[in-house]
Amino acid sequence: MTDLTRQTAAQLATALADGSTTSLAVTQAHLDRIAAVDGAIHAFLHVNPELSLAAAAASDARRAAGSPLSELDGVPLAIKDVLVTTDMPSTSGSKILEGWMSPYDATVVTRAREAGLVPLGKTNMDEFAMGSSTEHSAYGPTRNPWDTDRIPGGSGGGSAAAVAAFEAPFALGSDTGGSIRQPAHITGTVGMKPTYGSVSRYGAIALASSLDQVGPCARTVLDAALLHDVIGGYDRHDSTSLKDAWPSFAEAARKGALPGSLKGLRVGVVSQYAGEAFQAGVMTRFRESLDMLATAGAEIVEVSLPSVEHAVAAYYLILPAEASSNLAKFDSVRFGMRVNPAGGGTVEQVMSATREAGFGPEVKRRIILGTYALSAGYYDAYYGSAQKVRTLIQRDFDQAFASVDVLATPTAPTTAWKLGEKLNDPLAMYAQDIATIPANLAGIPGISIPSGLAPEDGLPVGIQFLAPARHDARLYEVAAGLESLLEASWGGPLYAQAPDFDTAVPTQSTRSAVPTQSTRSAVSTQSTRSAVPTQSTRSASPTQSTRGGA
Amino acid sequence: MSDISEDRVRHLAGLARINLTDAEVTHLTAELSKIVDVVATVSAAATDDIPATSHPIPLSNVYRDDVVTDDVLSTEQALSGAPERDGARFKVSAILGEEQ
Repeated sequence: MTDLTRQTAAQLATALADGSTTSLAVTQAHLDRIAAVDGAIHAFLHVNPELSLAAAAASDARRAAGSPLSELDGVPLAIKDVLVTTDMPSTSGSKILEGWMSPYDATVVTRAREAGLVPLGKTNMDEFAMGSSTEHSAYGPTRNPWDTDRIPGGSGGGSAAAVAAFEAPFALGSDTGGSIRQPAHITGTVGMKPTYGSVSRYGAIALASSLDQVGPCARTVLDAALLHDVIGGYDRHDSTSLKDAWPSFAEAARKGALPGSLKGLRVGVVSQYAGEAFQAGVMTRFRESLDMLATAGAEIVEVSLPSVEHAVAAYYLILPAEASSNLAKFDSVRFGMRVNPAGGGTVEQVMSATREAGFGPEVKRRIILGTYALSAGYYDAYYGSAQKVRTLIQRDFDQAFASVDVLATPTAPTTAWKLGEKLNDPLAMYAQDIATIPANLAGIPGISIPSGLAPEDGLPVGIQFLAPARHDARLYEVAAGLESLLEASWGGPLYAQAPDFDTAVPTQSTRSAVPTQSTRSAVSTQSTRSAVPTQSTRSASPTQSTRGGA
Repeated sequence: MSDISEDRVRHLAGLARINLTDAEVTHLTAELSKIVDVVATVSAAATDDIPATSHPIPLSNVYRDDVVTDDVLSTEQALSGAPERDGARFKVSAILGEEQ
């Protein structure tokens, strides 16, 4: 029998439609997979099998009655914990929201439910999406399925790892400076940041409101497009929502996968994204992909975006400024944690004690940086200048897109690094976002798809395509075109080459038993970690609060 | 060079309503000095003739009809996550201290 967890969402939709499987079977297979491997991966903060199975049973009943809600009715979905849900806790990876139940669903969650998708659980993330490694989660890091000693990228490392480890066919993510695309690059998966305002942010716990965008994570371009079709479009609950009518992204992906689709495409290669900062293997795979595009009839030209040199600096002013304002809502009064200092105190003292206990070091660092950037006497020099850089970057993109259809860059400078490696060097961590940040500053869409494995370390590498605002469909078309060429050269999808770490963790049948001697040798890196329950939100890692000394 | 000092970090943390230990203040002062040195480079790139962009895709006059809709939270829902409540209200800790 086919392993249902290895199927793409599109394949599952077909199998559900022709009656060869049921949503209960598909959902149970993914829950079993989560139970078997998530002790090692820790992609999920919360799983509720009863809820998922009830949703699956309801889906099967609709199918039996001949009235499925959409072609994806019954397909399971993982949800990043930044998105609020009424039936599962929403923490945004923070202790300050531990156990918090939202009184409403995020619009993208509502739309997923209305399409019949089956929520599997909430995925791990850097606290309030601040990070590029998922190590800043208050609930402990997620591990990379390609090598569990390494980070899965961030902030959406949980969603990317869940998809890469076959724990879910696709997942929802959010991207403020690369949090969908960089984890996709790191885990050999697909991640799309849509045009700003094209997917509702209502119910996405805000990090930086002028940069945040919700989008899909998947193993294939088509699956990402299918999910994007479900969640996208105008929402009156989000005042930044665009009223545009969007074409079918799935149709764009299917069209792009046809032979000859890349003929005549003009691809601009950004000259700034090369050189020492970029790992050799990342560039090797990037150039191979460009060669493939050229062979398929695309025209490759070099373009310059001179102002992206200032993108990271501008971003790390705008983001902390907006975050310091957005996170002021965690005031110990309306929701979340309240810590009363010994002997009581005024509301200000309670607030300060609560935020000291509830926020992790990276969140404190960024709130204080943002408070500084917005202070009287500094505002013009810092926040004001950063907003001007934003204009310059938009102009660079406008100029580039006057002569090319899409831009191509390596998604991130390096492959997955070891857990802990950059944790005490914030600037090194921030530099990982060098190629993804400009799209957020300019509001344009960007997609990352796997372009191979770096020869020197065998870890996944991604290629990023960028398009002008509102041209998300073009990205799906181009990405699907390259994906089909790459898969033809590999003889299958990249994820088929992923190490089979099933053997490295206790499987479902042996899970309650002590690992046998033979499996234990394979889990040497995990043997000191006790099997962690996946059933409910886990308690914070004891080392987290002292990490980095802050 | 940035002007981040321990006193300034304490002041900023006060504004942001985050208590910090002395060790955290020392650590953050060193880190923020380095970070500010890097981010401050934006001021060199931004000349007077460049307009600021606050929002990547500008929209204006985003209004809705002035009618009551039924998809708002009930009082119970709004209070459901409150650490402490008093009837239909959020309960706030003391606003005034002893000395006031």
